[in-house]
Amino acid sequence: MIRAESLTKLFPISRGRFKRATSLVHAVDGVSFDLPRGQSLGLVGESGCGKTTIGKLLVKLLEPTSGRILFASPPAKSGDAGGESVDIARIKGATVRNFRRHAQMIFQDPYESMNPRRVVLDTVAEPLQVQGIGASHERLDLVSGLLDRVGLTPAANFLFRHPHELSGGQRQRVAIARALVVGPSYVVADEPTSMLDVSIRAGIMNLMLELAQTQGVTYLLVTHDLAVARYMCQRIAVMYRGKIVEVGATEELLQDPLHPYTRALLSAVPVPIPGFRRQEVNIKGDASAAIDPPERCRFYDRCPLASVICLNSPHPTLAEKGPGHQVACHLV
Amino acid sequence: MDASVDLAPCRLLRPALVVEDLTLRYLTRRGEVKAVDGVSFTLAPGQALGLVGESGCGKTSVAMSLMKLLPDNARLIRGRVLLGEHDLLTMTEGELRRFRWRRISMVFQAAMNSLDPVYRVGEQIVEAIENHNCEDSRQQARSRVSRLFGLVGLEPQMVDRYPHELSGGMRQRVAIAMALACEPDVIIADEITTALDVIVQDRILRELRLIQNDLQMSMVYITHDMAVVAEVTDRLGVMYAGKLVEMGDTSEVFGQPLHPYTEALLRSFPSIRGEKLPLIGLPGEPPDLIQTPPGCRFHPRCPSATEICRQKVPPKVQIGTHWADCWHPLAVTATGGRVPGDQIHGAN
Repeated sequence: MIRAESLTKLFPISRGRFKRATSLVHAVDGVSFDLPRGQSLGLVGESGCGKTTIGKLLVKLLEPTSGRILFASPPAKSGDAGGESVDIARIKGATVRNFRRHAQMIFQDPYESMNPRRVVLDTVAEPLQVQGIGASHERLDLVSGLLDRVGLTPAANFLFRHPHELSGGQRQRVAIARALVVGPSYVVADEPTSMLDVSIRAGIMNLMLELAQTQGVTYLLVTHDLAVARYMCQRIAVMYRGKIVEVGATEELLQDPLHPYTRALLSAVPVPIPGFRRQEVNIKGDASAAIDPPERCRFYDRCPLASVICLNSPHPTLAEKGPGHQVACHLV
Repeated sequence: MDASVDLAPCRLLRPALVVEDLTLRYLTRRGEVKAVDGVSFTLAPGQALGLVGESGCGKTSVAMSLMKLLPDNARLIRGRVLLGEHDLLTMTEGELRRFRWRRISMVFQAAMNSLDPVYRVGEQIVEAIENHNCEDSRQQARSRVSRLFGLVGLEPQMVDRYPHELSGGMRQRVAIAMALACEPDVIIADEITTALDVIVQDRILRELRLIQNDLQMSMVYITHDMAVVAEVTDRLGVMYAGKLVEMGDTSEVFGQPLHPYTEALLRSFPSIRGEKLPLIGLPGEPPDLIQTPPGCRFHPRCPSATEICRQKVPPKVQIGTHWADCWHPLAVTATGGRVPGDQIHGAN
């Protein structure tokens, strides 16, 4: 459904007294991956790795510096042919509006992502209006049905509330309803539960999983939380400083991580079992942004296995090491 | 009695901190917020006690009370916070100055953002040491800062950096070093790694554990993260809506939770290890602390709630050092089965 090819996004940093951009942050650097229909993908990594940027690129909230994002709309009915592949980075005008029916986003902050002056009905109905779907009364029915489905029930109690009259969990349910109301093919969810209370998160995650089934939606889940990615996604891609270093089926990647960064990340996650002895986290130094990085492996400075080959070779490309399991490392 | 007898063993038996019936309200326009209600616990020397709960449970208010750092609209209704024989809550600001930082200190989530941007970080700690008379000379203060930096895993040259030159994780470590500067008996850590990446968090937690052992320091660790608390704490208290609803050894609270809220919390956490189990959260929202529900504050969301829960404040059910306030605690019988707590009331 989605194929990202050599996706790159560079941000200039102003340096010098005349504010001329002399340095570039390689937020996303030559990233390629697939998002097949029905296989939710978790994009995980620490802050600054580029996962949020990729999320925004996939819904055209940002434009790539280079690379392609090929999107083939899934068939409306099984047995039909799907749409042709289109590079969404190149589309303009009316095509963009058509595209937005297919790709929606859920944001992290349930307090910032909604217009405080709009009631729930208007917030959720807006995408329908923009897309010209249905007449007014039809939209009311659609929205009510969706509110019930996301657990804001009876819908009539919620239609005319303002955001400040809703709790964090309720607002996030509204955000989910808004994202799904046009029947998108995929939804980018950027840390959808991290600002919610723990006992509320489970409900939201279960709701998203259920809707993935019933609405046929595929998620690109951007998160720093590996446990959430495990719960929600069939596949996980691990990012480090603008690059994907490993990608594979969730359980396999967690059981048999191949890249030294993935191993360090996994060993650092605290385990809710008192007395559990985690392995030593094998990584050197501190993280930093990828500003004007040299051409070698981005992980070289921190890698416990770093060798001469790594110093003298360009950044390794993703190579298949097992069925569906790819790793970018010279030494694996 | 021989005057030279070493009294150290007796000192070790005395708790580092005793909190008794701490009750706090905030006065707001909408009414009185019953933020903390009858919280009591004991902290032994060298022990790490965790306080977990979700937003509005009162854990941060408890933390602030322990340092008596409360906003103007806070009203201490009753309670004692005992460091040795001294009740911090009855002290004046002048008296408290001798205790804060020297006997008890605090690191909070935003500490890394509250360093003074205009001074080098080492200098800020030197100043704190001097203000609290923890060293005799500036020279000694400086060498103490060097040792502290080593303790928290910061390179010696970081002493001369400004806050903006350091990453979030490093700044948080500076804040920890500052809290340790006068070698307090008790340190309160409020969500200190929540805003940090997991690899940085791991490093800080390990260092903190080493420091705690080296200095035989007690710690109150406040967080919403059950995984961190499992790793870091010896004793665990669970808070809900201003009340401490369960308390026990961490392994016991995790292994055999008594309170339905504790169990719900444990089953809300996804994990990267073990079997992938379906997560079960809780319906509804945390209660309004102005109009608190009658009876048990948890009853509107509790799967085990009955009529008595809606009407009467629940009793304390105790098994050894593990207790919970509940009409229907989950409990394990001698044969390993689970029974509702009504049947164990008689046994205790």
